[in-house]
Amino acid sequence: MFEPNALWVVAGTSVLGLTSGIIGSFAFLRKRGLMGDVLSHAALPGICLAFMVTGTKNMFAFLIGALLTGLVASFAINFITAHSRIKEDTALGLTLSVFFGLGIVLLTQIQHSPNGNQSGLDKFLFGQAAAIIQSDLLWLGIISLLLITLCALFFKELKLLSFDPAFAKSIGFPLRPLEFLFMLLLVTTVVIGLQAAGVILMAALLITPAAAARYWTERLGQMVVIAACFGGLSGLLGSWISTFGTQLSTGPIIVLSSTALFFLSMLCAPRRGLIAKGWRAARLKTKLAEEAALTALYAWMERNQQPAIPESELPAILLEAKLSPKQLDNLVRKGWLCRQDGELTFSETGWKEAYNTTLFQRLMEVWAMYETSIDSPVPLQEVGRKEEFPAQLRRTLLGLLHRHQHAPRYLPDHLAPSEQGGFL
Amino acid sequence: MNELWIILTGMLVASSCALLGCFLILRKMAMVGDAISHAVLPGIVVAFLVTGDRHSFPMLLGAAAFGLVTTLLIESLRKSGVQADAAISVTFTSLFSVGIILVSLFARQVDLDLDCVLYGEIIYVPWDTIIWNGLDWGPKAVWIVGTTLVLNALAILLFYKQLKLSAFDPAMAVALGIPVAFFHYLLMGLVSVTTVASFESVGAILVVAMLIVPAATAYLLTDRLSRMLLYSVLTGCLSAVTGYFLAGALDASVAGAMTVMAGVFFILALFLSPRHGIVTRWWQRMRLRRDLASHGE
Repeated sequence: MFEPNALWVVAGTSVLGLTSGIIGSFAFLRKRGLMGDVLSHAALPGICLAFMVTGTKNMFAFLIGALLTGLVASFAINFITAHSRIKEDTALGLTLSVFFGLGIVLLTQIQHSPNGNQSGLDKFLFGQAAAIIQSDLLWLGIISLLLITLCALFFKELKLLSFDPAFAKSIGFPLRPLEFLFMLLLVTTVVIGLQAAGVILMAALLITPAAAARYWTERLGQMVVIAACFGGLSGLLGSWISTFGTQLSTGPIIVLSSTALFFLSMLCAPRRGLIAKGWRAARLKTKLAEEAALTALYAWMERNQQPAIPESELPAILLEAKLSPKQLDNLVRKGWLCRQDGELTFSETGWKEAYNTTLFQRLMEVWAMYETSIDSPVPLQEVGRKEEFPAQLRRTLLGLLHRHQHAPRYLPDHLAPSEQGGFL
Repeated sequence: MNELWIILTGMLVASSCALLGCFLILRKMAMVGDAISHAVLPGIVVAFLVTGDRHSFPMLLGAAAFGLVTTLLIESLRKSGVQADAAISVTFTSLFSVGIILVSLFARQVDLDLDCVLYGEIIYVPWDTIIWNGLDWGPKAVWIVGTTLVLNALAILLFYKQLKLSAFDPAMAVALGIPVAFFHYLLMGLVSVTTVASFESVGAILVVAMLIVPAATAYLLTDRLSRMLLYSVLTGCLSAVTGYFLAGALDASVAGAMTVMAGVFFILALFLSPRHGIVTRWWQRMRLRRDLASHGE
């Protein structure tokens, strides 16, 4: 499917995506997503300095230079936020732009200097995925493997750092070295990615796969794996798509692939996705409306001690309960309500549902009144549905309901609630 | 004369960016400014394809529209539960990528040099002049950036109270009936227009420096918004002037040197600001300690 050269590109970008997905997950959880952006900009002066010192385009020297300026940049951000009233976002933007400006100054100076052999330095800005060759891939692979191994070794520590640094500190964890290790991992990832991917792509590769993975799981281990897959997949997809057109540069296409994966996750993820959330919200809304209609109708019957409501009374009831006639139609369709001879009455299941719902609401009301004096296995606030109501409280609360003469007081003759109140 | 035009352009860019930057910083939206300055790239390309001119009014409008799209996207991502840094990153990296792809797809029609968009070439400013009625009216860039400066200054003068309140206490502003959302989008619109107007002279990325760094310096120097605006403009202009000469001395990019000088002034303020400087505070603590010790004797 691929020519050998294209194969190196595909492999390189996939490995890169995979690694940055893993490291990016931790950055994402620490809300340091924009650090990738800052570090990749801050690498420029380091690369230029390395070139000025060595005079050659040595990949390893570039790595060291970029690593140094990246660490200086992250130190500067921490220093500025800790020792002045500058907020973090300003410190990020400030460091990013000043380091980048410095990089531009050095870059242009190199370009203007007689020491010619400078072409290609600025490729670090946009990256040249298409120029990945076998030896680059070897480097990329070795460093990636090292990064992933470090991540695996320090997984527990990084997890603690991501979720609860205050707790980590309180149990005497060496927070500073760990913080430094994390920065080192982040900077190294950015630097190995820069040549292949460029500044903007690295910023995206670090955060977008992680943000997408967050939609699919609540567990860090799974999230890291999913982010790695998403990162690798966007590298693969991006470099594959860009083989179709000669003018298409690989980097931006990879960014767009990962963005597409992100939006896909945002929409379709099973629990946190927007579609699933919207569906749950819609179902909850119907259920609440249903309950509101049942209790409103039941309240009228209880007040008037009559088994049926004349249609002429309906508008007033609906208005009071803020319901629309459509919600009554829903109940009719469910077979809980019957319309006949200009009257509205419950079917047998309708009676049971209405009685149970009303009873549950009143039990909750009386529970709230006596909340402090009643021992319960679950707190009041956590009971949202009838099914979650703790069974052992039923008898006590029912007694209280009767004492307050608040128990539901109407049912047609052929129905009788059970001992525990309601219909089980 | 050319030197003067270049320095003037730099000062105009610095001033118009610094004015907006103050509000960005106070509202903790510095990185949104960064995002907008990247994300207007597709707007620039599309408007350029349509009009075929780098300095045109439709171009400013097109880019401003993209700036607002960026803001809207970031806001809606945040509202649907994406954390702030991720929302910003995802939005600007993808829009910027779209821009780069557009540039490479229409490379023949678009005479836009990506390097130029990103780092700017302020030294070419004096040669692109407006000729009208047979008279030379000065560089186009000066007119364009000057107009945005007037626009920004006008907006801030007119809505000073509203912008100030929504920067410091948005909840209070809402309670008083100030349309906070409108001023949010007004600010973002101005940021996009300013970015586009300045991108050719200082480059899209270095606009960020002018947006953030002088304003941050001013933030360290004073506690009053009116002074902060003034100081940020002053440090911005000072960075432009000194940056120009630094670039001359180093034989390097003018825009980059201006940024570096802005950074130098920030570092000075960080350590030596009369009230908030690190060295000043340390000095005050030392003096206090000495006073206390001498009282104890």
